[in-house]
Amino acid sequence: MKLLRFLLLFTALLGGASCGGSGDQAPMGSVLQRGLPSDPETLDQHKARSVQAAEVLRDLGEGLAGYSPTGELQPAAAESWVMSDDGLTYTFRLRPNLRWSNGDALTAEHFVLGMQRLVTPATAAFYAQMIAEIDNAAAIVAGEAPPESLGVVALDDMTLEITLEQPTPYLLSLLTHPSTFPIHPGSLAEHADGFARPGKLISNGAYMLDAWVPGSIVALKRNPYYWNNANTAIDAVNYHVLVQDTSELNRYRAGELHITSTVPPDNFAEVRAEYGDELRVAPNLGVYYYGFNLLRPPFKDNPELRQALSMAIDRELLAEKVVGRGEVPAYSWVPPGVANYEPTTFAFAGLSKAERENIARRFYKEAGYGEDKPLRVEVRYNTSDTNKKIAVAIQSMWQEVLGVETVLINEEFQVLLANMRDAEVTEVFRSSWLGDYNDAHTFLSVLQGGSPANMPRYDNEEFDSLMQRAAAQVDLERRRLYLEEAERVMLADHPVMPLYFFVSKHLVSPEVSGWGDNVLDYHYSQHLSLGVQH
Amino acid sequence: MLRLAGAVPTLLLVIVLAFLMVHAAPGGPFDDERVLPADVEANIAAAYHLDEPLPQQFLRYLEGLLKGDLGPSYRYRDYTVSELIADAFPLSLKLGALAMSLALLLGVAAGTAAALRQGSTFDRVVMGFAMTGISIPVFVIAPVLVMLLAVKLQWLPAGWSGTTSLTRYLLPVVTLALPQIAYIARLTRASMIDVLARDFIRTARAQGLDTLTILRVHALKPAMLPVLSYMGPAVAAILTGSVVVEEIFGIPGLGQFFVRGALNRDYTLVLGIVVFYATLIVLLNLAVDILYGVIDPRVRYR
Repeated sequence: MKLLRFLLLFTALLGGASCGGSGDQAPMGSVLQRGLPSDPETLDQHKARSVQAAEVLRDLGEGLAGYSPTGELQPAAAESWVMSDDGLTYTFRLRPNLRWSNGDALTAEHFVLGMQRLVTPATAAFYAQMIAEIDNAAAIVAGEAPPESLGVVALDDMTLEITLEQPTPYLLSLLTHPSTFPIHPGSLAEHADGFARPGKLISNGAYMLDAWVPGSIVALKRNPYYWNNANTAIDAVNYHVLVQDTSELNRYRAGELHITSTVPPDNFAEVRAEYGDELRVAPNLGVYYYGFNLLRPPFKDNPELRQALSMAIDRELLAEKVVGRGEVPAYSWVPPGVANYEPTTFAFAGLSKAERENIARRFYKEAGYGEDKPLRVEVRYNTSDTNKKIAVAIQSMWQEVLGVETVLINEEFQVLLANMRDAEVTEVFRSSWLGDYNDAHTFLSVLQGGSPANMPRYDNEEFDSLMQRAAAQVDLERRRLYLEEAERVMLADHPVMPLYFFVSKHLVSPEVSGWGDNVLDYHYSQHLSLGVQH
Repeated sequence: MLRLAGAVPTLLLVIVLAFLMVHAAPGGPFDDERVLPADVEANIAAAYHLDEPLPQQFLRYLEGLLKGDLGPSYRYRDYTVSELIADAFPLSLKLGALAMSLALLLGVAAGTAAALRQGSTFDRVVMGFAMTGISIPVFVIAPVLVMLLAVKLQWLPAGWSGTTSLTRYLLPVVTLALPQIAYIARLTRASMIDVLARDFIRTARAQGLDTLTILRVHALKPAMLPVLSYMGPAVAAILTGSVVVEEIFGIPGLGQFFVRGALNRDYTLVLGIVVFYATLIVLLNLAVDILYGVIDPRVRYR
């Protein structure tokens, strides 16, 4: 009997909870609910690395420059700037009366301290190389110069001067990156490396940190001292950490999220049909590619074979049917939409499918392979549904067009990374590159000799020297021509097979206004507002 | 006491093995498609002591462990592993305990009721449900429940964060409990049928006792023995199930940190959780042994 009574009580309790709960839902008023695919690893802008951390940090902090909702560079903490004629010195004028979230005055010196901390070896910042173009930055990172020697100087409280080692037309876009944000010297002195925690973090952006439960939520609230507070509509932002994209979609469907960070691959068609305009798909600065290991046979010194394999891939089919979420087939390395750049494409881009396949077969034969002696090749990719579908499709395209026997090997991400870095067992591997800033340099520099991200181990003197010549140019037009020529030279060597360009995919509630699509996929909460649309 | 002391070498072995295994896995906590320049990478390795030889890293870890310090997390760089566990474990425990209570209550009740009406339609329906409950994995049950109760009917929240309502417990707890309810119901039924056929029950009936009294006084205790033995595996099942449930509902519990930690090569976090779980399991086993003696006086440990 006791058991039965207990059982009744238990059910009553659960039932009671379910009835009483409906009133406790968090209010959706001016609180923006956003999805985040994983926790920021830290809110210390110098120890952060992930896209997710940067997204939250752009709400918390503010750099000298920023982006508009549609991705145009615009003044942020600096109201104006002047570049010297040789392109080596930038002078920034800060806005008057800038303040931190605790009311302290924000001066040019705080930007200096921030960037000095970024390159100080003991900070161990992941983005320490971000400002390598600034005077002495690389030497400081290498421990060969003191942090005070960095080419960032406060001329007075409101004036900041940055000196560069070489012209850097993309400097302003670097200065939108959280790693270049200023730092509050008092909180750093008081809490040392623990300053970025709830209750301690002092920020200079439109929002300040309210709470952070790792694995669950990062909650921000309005910074009353922000210079543009009067024009900030959203009072608070909740970033919900949702590792599984299907869980995120369900929360959007249940009305618990205004903005999702992505859309699950398997639900894309259904979501498009269900939500129409609420689904926002836009080109993104990123390329999905297969790389060749150029240090080992069969691809070492064998551009014909590399080209044959690359040409035998039907990129339209891959992008539209296999991935099928608005991705753009890739015939170049630098994605379209990059500022001041016109991507050069593979010579074969204009040919029909049949013509490409004929040429591919010819190159395949010239490389010494054929029906009696088929190429056996291993393709390594990190385990995921999309990667698998693509690998299987490419396996069958190569089989059909050339008769290549492909062995697919899926590996855990960290295992694949280790194999790519060692370049000892890999033949063909899957990878991708996302631009850190809106410039062709962030893509092309990957394939420069000695670049740590150069996974194919591409090494071409002509390419490298074109890149160096571009780096020395102040004239934007001439720089562009050098970079485009460098890409043309590189593509002709086929060190990589770009397959498609990424697109960003968000579900944005009709309640949200002020949303803009942009190639960087940056969406500052301060530009958005909530209100029922009629 | 002796048994407690025997646990120390076990734990030490677990620590050594776990340490070797996480470090043997290819890749490191800071590897990424965006490979770092050599200088930057060296600075980071130095800051996190990853440049030291493995034995030295192990000694450093043991030294911290003896002081009760599980080290800083590599992935959650603003938090220590102890802090993360201290925040996450109570939540996982609460979920697990709720799921376990629910499973025991419903499982035992349904199993007993089915045993009393052995062979009836009721029995078949309960066992049918139980079989289904055992066969459907948690990662299928959870999305179906969410779809129905949170998305379509909107009775319950679909996730964890952003609400303080108690209703957020309901879906995860039910999801976790369902397979266990099924299992416990089957176990109880079988064992109850067995006990009810014993002589002492017949004697009790002959004395004119009613069914409820017989159940309460005579049958329930012996029938519970297999269920009690199943508690160990059940706890394990709920622990592993919570990994999936926590991910699906976005609950900041220990299971989620364990999985993410392993995938991110967050050495200290994974090790910390392994050490924590190992200690817990050793203690739990001890507790079950002692409980066994309390319930069945024939079982005695020296």
